[in-house]
Amino acid sequence: MTIDMSQFYQVFFDEAYELLAEKEKLLLALDVSAPDSEDLNAIFRAAHSIKGGAATFGFTDITNVTHMLESLLDRIRKGEMALTPEHVDTFLISKDVLTMLMEGHQHGSSVDQPAVDNVCQKLKALSLGEPVDTVPAPASGSVSSGSAAATAEPLADAEGNFDFRIELPEVPQKDVDALAGELGLLGTITQEVLADQRVVFHLSTSEGEDNIVAICSFVLDPDDLKITCASTQVAAQADRAEESSDPGYEIFDETPAVAATPASVPAPVAQAAQPAAPAEGKNMGRRTSDKEGSGQESSSIRVGVEKVDQLINLVGELVITQAMIEQRIGALDPLMHERLLNSASQLARNTRDLQEAVMSIRMMPMDYVFSRFPRMVRDLAGKLDKKVEFITKGAATELDKGLIERIVDPLTHLVRNSVDHGVEMPDKRRAAGKSETGKLTLSAAHQGGNIVIEVSDDGGGLNRERILAKARQQGLAVSDSMPDGEVWLLIFAPGFSTADVVTDVSGRGVGMDVVKRNIAAMGGSVEIRSTPGSGTTIAISLPLTLAILDGMSVKVGDEVYILPLGYVIESLQPAASDVKEIAGQGKVVKVREEYLPLIPLYQIFAIEPRCTEPSQGILVILESEGKKAALLVDSLVGQQQVVVKNLESNFRKVAGISGATILGDGGVSLILDVAALMRSSRQLNSDPVFF
Amino acid sequence: MSYTTQTQNSLLDSEESAGNEFLAFTLGKEEYGLDILRVQEIRGYEPVTRIANAPAFIKGVVNLRGTIIPVVDMRIKFNLGEPSYDQFTVVIILNIAGRVVGMVVDSVSDVTTLSPEQVKPAPEIGAAFDTEYLIGLGTIGERMLILVDIDKLMSSAEMGLIEKIAA
Repeated sequence: MTIDMSQFYQVFFDEAYELLAEKEKLLLALDVSAPDSEDLNAIFRAAHSIKGGAATFGFTDITNVTHMLESLLDRIRKGEMALTPEHVDTFLISKDVLTMLMEGHQHGSSVDQPAVDNVCQKLKALSLGEPVDTVPAPASGSVSSGSAAATAEPLADAEGNFDFRIELPEVPQKDVDALAGELGLLGTITQEVLADQRVVFHLSTSEGEDNIVAICSFVLDPDDLKITCASTQVAAQADRAEESSDPGYEIFDETPAVAATPASVPAPVAQAAQPAAPAEGKNMGRRTSDKEGSGQESSSIRVGVEKVDQLINLVGELVITQAMIEQRIGALDPLMHERLLNSASQLARNTRDLQEAVMSIRMMPMDYVFSRFPRMVRDLAGKLDKKVEFITKGAATELDKGLIERIVDPLTHLVRNSVDHGVEMPDKRRAAGKSETGKLTLSAAHQGGNIVIEVSDDGGGLNRERILAKARQQGLAVSDSMPDGEVWLLIFAPGFSTADVVTDVSGRGVGMDVVKRNIAAMGGSVEIRSTPGSGTTIAISLPLTLAILDGMSVKVGDEVYILPLGYVIESLQPAASDVKEIAGQGKVVKVREEYLPLIPLYQIFAIEPRCTEPSQGILVILESEGKKAALLVDSLVGQQQVVVKNLESNFRKVAGISGATILGDGGVSLILDVAALMRSSRQLNSDPVFF
Repeated sequence: MSYTTQTQNSLLDSEESAGNEFLAFTLGKEEYGLDILRVQEIRGYEPVTRIANAPAFIKGVVNLRGTIIPVVDMRIKFNLGEPSYDQFTVVIILNIAGRVVGMVVDSVSDVTTLSPEQVKPAPEIGAAFDTEYLIGLGTIGERMLILVDIDKLMSSAEMGLIEKIAA
C-alpha cells in the first residue's frame, strides 16, 4: 500500500467516467416494468467497479455513494425489490453527483455537499423502503443452506442488517486499519484480536457477503478470509453462540484440512474459501462474466490526440511525396519502365489505403454526441411538463473527432430549443389532434462529402408572421414577400428570440447566432425547414473532416487554384448570347432559365488571364448558403484530394482564400474561399440578380 | 595579457547581448547584418505561388518541407538593387516568434562577431530602413554593416505579415 497511487488517478477517472456514461445509457434504456436482468447486472457492475476503484484511491465520498447505490441495485437485481421509475430517477441523480464528486477530486472543483447528502438519503430510504416480504433470506446470497440449523438461520433484522464475523489471516496492522475503514463504510464494525494476533471484525451491515469479500480482496487474498454470518436479530444468542462456536473456529484455524468438510460446520458458516456452495457458484459465474467484459474493453487503446494528428500529417506528406513520384514517372516511357510503373501504381494504391485507415482513426461515431441527449431531453421535458419521445437515427455515422467535439454545443442548443419551443404542451397537442407525446428526432447521415445532422420535432412549427414582426421590431431589413427559407434564417440573427417568456431553458435570444457562427466556423451550413402545425427541422451540414478536402483545380492565367468540390455544382462553357451585361453591375449568365451573377476570378485576384470572354473560358457554377453564382476561369485542371494547410500559421488571412495545399510537384496552391468570394461579389454587385 | 582581454571581452559580450553574431547580407550596394539566432536556414530562390492583392514585396508563399511560408523581397520593399531571380538569388529563412518567413536578398556573405564597442548608434538618416528598425551600425575595419532589428521589422504593420498588427 506504499505505492504512490496518484499516478493511477487519471486511469481511474477515465474509467469511472466511461462507466458512468455506460450506466446512464443503460438506465435510460431500461424498461421499468420488465427490466432486463443483464442490464441490471451491467449497471450494478458499473457501480461496483467505480466503488472498488474509489476505495483503492481513498475517495471515501465516492465510495459512500456508490456503495449505497450498489446495495440498492443489488436488491433489485436479485429480485428482492421491484424497480420503480423513482429508482431510475434516483440512479440518474446519483450519476450526476458522482460525476461532480469525481470532478471535485480531479480538478478540485467545488462539490455541492447537500446534493450528495440528499442523494445518499434517497438511496438509503429506497433501499430500506420496500423490502420484498416473501424472501428475506437470500440477501446474503452465499449462506450455505445444507448446514443451516433452524435457530441460526441468518435473518435480516428490522433494517435488513446482517451480522458478519470476518476473520482475517495474519496481515500488517496498517492493512487491518485500512480494511476496518473500508468495511466501516458498509455498516457498524467492531474489532477483536485473537490469541494468535490475528484480527476479527464484527460487522453489522445490509451488504451481501460477496461485497465484503470484494472489499477485502483489495488488501488480501479472499481465500485466506473466513466470513461467517449471523443475524443481529438473534444477537443475544449470537453472542453466546459465538462464544460456544469459537473453539470450533479455532479448530478450523489450526487444522485447515477440516474446513473442507462442510458437514462439521456447527454454525451457519459460509466461507469464502468454499466456492462449492451453489449460491457461491452463481457469484463466481458473475465474476467470470466481469472478466470477459473487461477483456472486451482492453481491445481499444488510449492514444493522445497529438500523436494521431502527427500521424495524419505524416501520411499527408507521404501522399504528397507519392504524388510527386507519380508525376515524375509519368514522363517515362511505359514500355521501357513497365516494372517501375507497376510498382508506382501499387504504391499509389497502398498510400491511399493507408491514408484512409489513418483518417479513420480520427473518425468517431455520432453516438458520442447523441448519447448525451436522451438524458437532457428527459430532464428538460420533465421540467417543462411536456411529453417528449426522443429518437436518434444514424448514431453510427462517423465524423472527425475535432468536429464532433465542436458540434456538441450547437447541437445541445438546438435540441433544447426544440424541446422548449418546438414541442407543444400535451393539452395543446391534443387540441391540435396530435398525440400528447411529442417526437424529437436527431439524425445523422452522410450526403456526399458532408455529414448532415438534423434536429426535427413534430411541434407547432415556426410562426412566419411572428418572426417577421419581431424582425421589423429589431430593425432588420425584411419584406412580406420573403421566401420561407429566408424568413426562417432570421432566427439566427443576433439577439433574436420570439419566445414570449424568458425561461432558464431558452428564450434569451443568445445562442442561435452563436450556433450559426460555430457551424460556419466548422465549414458547415444550417438550413431550416418548417411547416406550421407539423414541425420544424433544422439541418446542419458539415464537411466530414477538416484536414482533407476534395478539390477541383482550376487555372486562371498561370495560376492554379483549388475549389472545394462541395460547392461545385457543374461547369460549362456558355454561349456568348447567354451572357448579359447589366449596367454598372457586372455580368449575369443564363443557365437553365436562371440568371446567375458572374464572378470573374481574374478580376478579383488581378491576374492576367488567357481569356476575358466567358464564352471562351469555363464557368464553374457554385452554390453556397443557398445562392448560386458562376465563377469564370480559364480552364479546369482536374480533381484531386488535397491536404489542407493553414496559411495563417506563418502568414495572415488572405481575402478570398481559405487555405493552401501542396501540389504533387511540391508547389503551393491556394484554396478558394467560395462563400467569401460569393459574398464579396454580391457586395460588388450590391444585389443578387434574379429574374 | 592579450588572452585575458579576450576572455573578458567574450564574457562581456555574452552578458550584454545574447546575440552579437550577425549574418551579413547585401541589398543593392549596402551591406546589412541581422541576428544569426533568428536565421533558420538559407536557401536558393524557388518559384512562389503569388497571393492575389498582396503588396508587391510579398512575393507569395512556398512549401518549406510541408509548411507554407510567405516570402518577402527586401529589394522591392526598400527599393534597393534590381529584383532579379536566378540561381544566385538567396532566401534567408527566418524564425521569428514561432513564425517562419522567407526573405529574399541579393547575397549573403558571412557571419561576423561584433563586440558592443563595434556597434555605433545609427544616425537619424541614411539607410533605407527606418531607424526604428535598426540596432545600429557595426564596423569591422573598413566594412560597415547596417544592423537590422529583424524581429521588430518583420512583425511591423508596415510588412503586413502578421494579422493582428496588419488588421
